[in-house]
Amino acid sequence: MAAGPRLKVPTEAKKGDVIEIKTLILHVMESGQRKDKDGKTIPRKIINKFTCTFNGKPVFTANMEPAIAANPYFQFFAKVEESGTFKFSWTDDDGTVTTAERKIKVSG
Amino acid sequence: MRQLSRREALVFGTSGAALTVVGWGAGVHAGPREAADAIAKFTGGKTAQKGKIALDLPEIAENGNIVPLSVSVDAPMAADNYVSEVLVIADHNPRPEVVKFDFTPMSGKAAASTRIRLAESQNVIVVAKTSKGALFTNQRLVKVTVGGCGG
Repeated sequence: MAAGPRLKVPTEAKKGDVIEIKTLILHVMESGQRKDKDGKTIPRKIINKFTCTFNGKPVFTANMEPAIAANPYFQFFAKVEESGTFKFSWTDDDGTVTTAERKIKVSG
Repeated sequence: MRQLSRREALVFGTSGAALTVVGWGAGVHAGPREAADAIAKFTGGKTAQKGKIALDLPEIAENGNIVPLSVSVDAPMAADNYVSEVLVIADHNPRPEVVKFDFTPMSGKAAASTRIRLAESQNVIVVAKTSKGALFTNQRLVKVTVGGCGG
């Protein structure tokens, strides 16, 4: 299960600023390449997609393969022109979607 | 990478495909041919120009299970011309595709960092595509002490 997304998003910015966002979610990212002690392949189970939107418009998407390390971490940027809400979502192979959001106040 | 003739490429491609089928069970790694195929799929067969991409990876990764990667494309992020996609390929992983980032003008910068898995020492190749179809590439060799991906 995906659990406990951690987010680092500024709460304030000036209009036109390019801000830095950091996200991390706890997930084993089972690659589907490993074997258990009986030699059976452990089935793949990863988060295959991460998205970030701002006021409903796409900002950043990561389409992931099993070669993303456990507890997927992303650092990326966003240009903010107005106050609003960042929404984040992590989609698991099993269809589970974990979401989080953060508000930012943009001045000037 | 050595340039293959068409005949060699065909032979290599066929044996490569056979190996891939076995590979899922036996842990045989993909090799440059699959990596080239994944890149060709992304570029539509066009040649990507070297440059414009800063790619930051350790020269030696002690643990292939967690290798920090930063990529940044030096190109404008204007509404009518921006970096739309960045593909990351590891040419000797069991599957060469690592991640594909999608950017928009709202990204502000075509830059991202993450942590990747590398099964063995290999080239990490990055290809960027702009909304107008321009293609850029860069690559780095990473030596891996202990491979990721288990097996």
